[in-house]
Amino acid sequence: MSQQSTLESAAENGSNGDTVTIMAIETSCDETSVSVVTASPAPDGSAVPFVLDVRSNVVSSQIDIHAAFGGVVPEVASRAHLEMMEAVTAQAMDEAGLTMGAEPPAVDAVAATCGPGLVGALLVGVSAAKGMALAWDVPYVGVNHMEGHLFATFLERPSIELPMVVLLVSGGHTMIVEVSAPGRYRYLGSTIDDAAGEAFDKVARYLGLGYPGGPLIDRLAREGDRKAIDFPRGLMDDSFDFSFSGMKTAVVNYVRRYPDVSNADVAASFQEAVVDVLVTKTIRAALSVGAKSVCLGGGVAANSRLRERFAEEAGEAGLESLIPDRSFCTDNAAMIAAAAHWRLAADGPSPLDGGADPSLLLPTT
Amino acid sequence: MVLQVIVATNGPDETQEIGRRLAPGLRHGDVLILRGDLGAGKTCLTQGIGRGLGIEARITSPTFALANQYRATRSSGAGAADESLVLHHLDVYRLDSAAESLDLDLPELQDSGITVVEWGERIMEALGPDYLSISLRYADLADGVLADGADIDAGSFVEDNRRILTVSAHGKGWEQRFSALTRGLEPWLVEGMTR
Repeated sequence: MSQQSTLESAAENGSNGDTVTIMAIETSCDETSVSVVTASPAPDGSAVPFVLDVRSNVVSSQIDIHAAFGGVVPEVASRAHLEMMEAVTAQAMDEAGLTMGAEPPAVDAVAATCGPGLVGALLVGVSAAKGMALAWDVPYVGVNHMEGHLFATFLERPSIELPMVVLLVSGGHTMIVEVSAPGRYRYLGSTIDDAAGEAFDKVARYLGLGYPGGPLIDRLAREGDRKAIDFPRGLMDDSFDFSFSGMKTAVVNYVRRYPDVSNADVAASFQEAVVDVLVTKTIRAALSVGAKSVCLGGGVAANSRLRERFAEEAGEAGLESLIPDRSFCTDNAAMIAAAAHWRLAADGPSPLDGGADPSLLLPTT
Repeated sequence: MVLQVIVATNGPDETQEIGRRLAPGLRHGDVLILRGDLGAGKTCLTQGIGRGLGIEARITSPTFALANQYRATRSSGAGAADESLVLHHLDVYRLDSAAESLDLDLPELQDSGITVVEWGERIMEALGPDYLSISLRYADLADGVLADGADIDAGSFVEDNRRILTVSAHGKGWEQRFSALTRGLEPWLVEGMTR
């Protein structure tokens, strides 16, 4: 039934009949997002065997709710996801040209992020996806959030050269991952204390800027001198691991000693220190494993200075760099749909009794 | 009797060492509340406790995940079976009240291992009356003056990683344990401030 509808909708879109449409839900942290992505076969030699058409990618940012709390409040997050789910789903279907009526919509599978993340928040998305999969009699696919970030690359460029090295930086994660093929990953390094996004949040909080810290520091840094203060570069050794805790403490130490320092100079200098470590280590990791390309992912990948230096230094090192659009870097359901397409083709559907795992790890080889 | 010791450390390595030395005296069911400003060393101290418990996994900040769990196997000495333990590492900064901690299922955590709670003072009612409190302060603040008063050029990074740690026991059952628990901290003891 749904396959038939897909063919009809594919025909309407003017593509061939060989397409698969997945609706995906992302609720691992503070974004409720629903996306519809249709895959069609890619030319030979592509990194992934399909070309992805993002028909909708609706993200209902809950920042307003959380701003009052100075952080992601998990209990509030699950409730807010519940409240948002119906409206975000309806808009995502509407934008994709799908109708929700007596007949099931032209969707071949429903996917959801099943970890890692905040367990209450994850369960809202997982339960919604399973409910729709059951009602429409289509497969359910549970997706690893981090694998979603890796697949964000393929939304824009199915042909990127592998192996690629991806820097994933967000509020909860900072890691360098080698992707030798879809599904074949290797951790090259990760943080030994705070995530980079967490350091941004904490420094912003200390400076009294508010939440979320990343965009606020990014904006303020434009007015400051990035060479004003020579903050230490944490763990600038041969490893590909990161340490941001000491850099955060260095900011606290400095501001305590010089209370009159300009916040803009602190923001610019701190941001420069973090970006310096992130970019230097990623490029070095890429060169050490013989990668062809480097890619950015995660919420911190929206940082303008990181994007600028990442592209610059990758170019100097002779690496192809891919920096996804900001909307695909921050948490979004389109990247979950992208990973779901590959997982469904490679592993088949996920069991309907599969739960949510807050500390789910990326499958590595 | 007030069960309290105050120690001074010169940097993260020593703060971690304090944690490592406290670990052997900790037991299943213990609750530790860590207080201190941003960068005071709460996660650093927990990393030391983890090492002292024999945890090999990397202990990272739980700020985003709220609660991390680690399995430990602690050597019980010659002839005795090694002890299996769970370390729960929480950061409740983002919670505003004990009511918001319901999702964490604290009673279950407390029954299933050693629970270390950063910013635990925010949810005191939920944690119960029996706990070990460790507060960490920047040493310059504790002294009421800057560390050295030296004239430092603006633009150079000022490093003051000295910390004052106050370890105090609250509630039942600590009288018999406290001196053994804190014995290893002797080298960092602040003169004249023990009670």
